[in-house]
Amino acid sequence: MSNVLIIAEQSGGHLKKATLHAISAGQVIAGRTGGEVHVALLGKGIGALASALAGHGVTVHAADADGLEHYLAEAFAPVVVGIAQATGATYVGAAATAFGKDLLPRVAARLGAATATEVLGFGGAGPAVTFHRPMWAGNVLAEVDLATPVKAFTIRPTEFPAAVQGAAGEVKAVAAAVDLGALPVRFVEFKEVKSERPELTEARVVVSGGRGTKGDFKELEALADELGAALGATRAAVDAGWVPNDWQVGQTGKVVAPDLYIAAGISGAIQHLAGMKGSKVIVAINKDPEAPVFQLADYGLVADLFKAVPELREKIKAGKGS
Amino acid sequence: MPLKILVTAKRVEDPESKIKVKPDGTGIVTEGVNYKMNPFDEIAVEEGLRLKEKHGGELVVASIGTERSMTEIRAALAMGADRGILVRHDGPLDPVVVSAILAKVAEKEKPDVVLLGKQSIDDDQNQVGQYLAERLGAGQGTFASKVESLESEAEQKKQPGLVLAADGKSIRVVREVDGGIVTLDVTLPAVITCDLRLNKPRFASLPGIMKAKKKPVEEIAGASLGVDLAPRVVVKRLSEPPKRQGGKKVTDVAELYAKLKGEAKVL
Repeated sequence: MSNVLIIAEQSGGHLKKATLHAISAGQVIAGRTGGEVHVALLGKGIGALASALAGHGVTVHAADADGLEHYLAEAFAPVVVGIAQATGATYVGAAATAFGKDLLPRVAARLGAATATEVLGFGGAGPAVTFHRPMWAGNVLAEVDLATPVKAFTIRPTEFPAAVQGAAGEVKAVAAAVDLGALPVRFVEFKEVKSERPELTEARVVVSGGRGTKGDFKELEALADELGAALGATRAAVDAGWVPNDWQVGQTGKVVAPDLYIAAGISGAIQHLAGMKGSKVIVAINKDPEAPVFQLADYGLVADLFKAVPELREKIKAGKGS
Repeated sequence: MPLKILVTAKRVEDPESKIKVKPDGTGIVTEGVNYKMNPFDEIAVEEGLRLKEKHGGELVVASIGTERSMTEIRAALAMGADRGILVRHDGPLDPVVVSAILAKVAEKEKPDVVLLGKQSIDDDQNQVGQYLAERLGAGQGTFASKVESLESEAEQKKQPGLVLAADGKSIRVVREVDGGIVTLDVTLPAVITCDLRLNKPRFASLPGIMKAKKKPVEEIAGASLGVDLAPRVVVKRLSEPPKRQGGKKVTDVAELYAKLKGEAKVL
């Protein structure tokens, strides 16, 4: 029997939705190994969240301590390792977010485990689970085997459904004494970028801009507001300082898979396409008919985005009334 | 306070190359593919140079691989690194093995700061820095960025984004995370992995390239380090992802709107 431990991600007692996708991936593995899914939840003031999470048919191990208020890999890893060992977990996973990618390898190193990053799905037969993951900016899919007794993985949230409510599981309190003064790191601050728009990785529609915007995102913002969409950008637009870093979609930014992705003024470097080609419908608006993004787009429009985007917005607005 | 800095330089396929999988799925087609230093490692080398220019000290560049990885070491030396270390290993490299080798190198070199790219653009694993920090019992500052944009004055002046504390005991790291920016003070010796917005790497100058040829590079046999070199992330098979059926064009916004509403039903 191989149990699965999923590391939950929260901020101020609010769950990051990606965690539910990681739990459903954990349930797939547990279904094959005949094991149970356990969830490690660390933080301060997380009691209510622990109970809510347990409602997904999992056992939640809640470590609620002052020293865990601000996430630090150095503080979290030993606690997670303790839970992994106590639960006999041979699979330890998290969502491939900044949190999961920072923490999981450190946990894995302590467990002597190898790690598969950005897992898209599982292969192999029965309890012998292999991992499907992208390489070379998503141009190659690899099936990898982790040759260690404990296996660690981060999953790409867009590739797994969110876990659904199930039988109420148990919440177990985990005693965690964290001596922050003894850690080789000190938390200074977290500056949250607040936005009224939906989160990029969770939005149903994403409106994204690149170099073709010349730094002017006003029309894209107006279209996004009309559609209730999130805003995205290419690396070039972010590097130029036109838009915040966390708008970046691509190999090294965020991977999104919305129902509708509107790429405006984006030529379509493979590093950008790697972050959005899982979208259900892709629209490309670009002046250059040779732009590589058109090869991928379901609907390509060769046009000046500064004319086409406002026109599209007007049509959508008018269409809502009818 | 002078800093001793260890930086990594992995040899990878040029990101502009067209990557194709061999028909039998055992690897990628390497004919016609150019190789260069992992772009994230270039950012690490650049940051190491800026720290050295500001505080003095030494910048050592390490790579793991065959003789061919000497090209990437020389590239870092041409940018301004002082000396190189090539750990010879002809075989698959995974984060477990690479971090174990780098830990041995770090134990010998005793750097104040280890700088690595946050991921390499071939395997896209984003693990080595975190494994290394744990192995060394060091603090980790992953996805290091900076507050100023790459168009800012600070960047023009080649100021480091990593800031050494006045007492020289820790280094301040600004990290890009989901939904915001985290600032950490990581105690030295620290392991830092570099993200895109940390700096714009410099190009090697001609005198730099000439000087690089004379800089010392130590060669170490991977097998001599007492590290288990067996890969733990075993790639069983590679394949090409399913192609999207795209390429349709619409003539105007009216047609686009009609298709999105009627055909795709996404509005």
